[in-house]
Amino acid sequence: MAEVHTSIQLVFLARLRERFGVARETLSLDSSEISVASLLAKLRSRDSVFADELAEGRAYRVAVNHTVVGGEHSVRAGDEVAIFPPVTGG
Amino acid sequence: MAAYIRVQTEDFNISEEIATLRARNPRVGAVASFMGCVRDMNEGDSVKLMYLEHYPGMTERELERISADAASRWSIFDTLIVHRVGELRPLDQIVLVIATSAHRGDAFAACEFMMDYLKTQAPFWKRESTVDGERWVEARASDDIAAKRWQSAETQTPSHAG
Repeated sequence: MAEVHTSIQLVFLARLRERFGVARETLSLDSSEISVASLLAKLRSRDSVFADELAEGRAYRVAVNHTVVGGEHSVRAGDEVAIFPPVTGG
Repeated sequence: MAAYIRVQTEDFNISEEIATLRARNPRVGAVASFMGCVRDMNEGDSVKLMYLEHYPGMTERELERISADAASRWSIFDTLIVHRVGELRPLDQIVLVIATSAHRGDAFAACEFMMDYLKTQAPFWKRESTVDGERWVEARASDDIAAKRWQSAETQTPSHAG
């Protein structure tokens, strides 16, 4: 029988990692999938720091399994979801 | 066409990188390169130290995608992107982008395109130390504008003269 995932990996990078005080965590899902928009709402409800940094209109990106996605994208169990500020390399 | 990608803490040598690319392909007639380095001033403050963070896995994927995009738009042979991470100081080299082709037009355009896309899409972040403490470098609107202009590709296709 294949391994059954019931959780996702959350990754926070750069300034957001410092603000949230966490680099990576495992988040259990209530269902087999959740939209990025719903996931963000769930994170905002954690505390004022999450609410402020992930407020609508703030500049940040969400990547699922290393690809940047929009709010309508469905996150599935086993996915890696990264949230990060606009990039500044080069 | 080969797309070489490296993310590393070590410094790089532009002459050696160009020599390697040329040795691999005698048909190369043009090499365009861009090197970005740490300035000792940013936003009017003296920068003592810079730390470059990235998102392993996604970084390589984005750099490969940017290289493939360039190869699909212009007639180029090979590309190389080297990006350093970790602790850097003023005068240190940060990034190297090279495109080789038969003629200069394609090499110039592909090199600039890759750099513009790297600046806005590859997951790297700079944190700098100034006399006032540490701060994350803010993204620039001008970088988004630079990347967006490539979306109207008709005006950016170079002639093949060279």
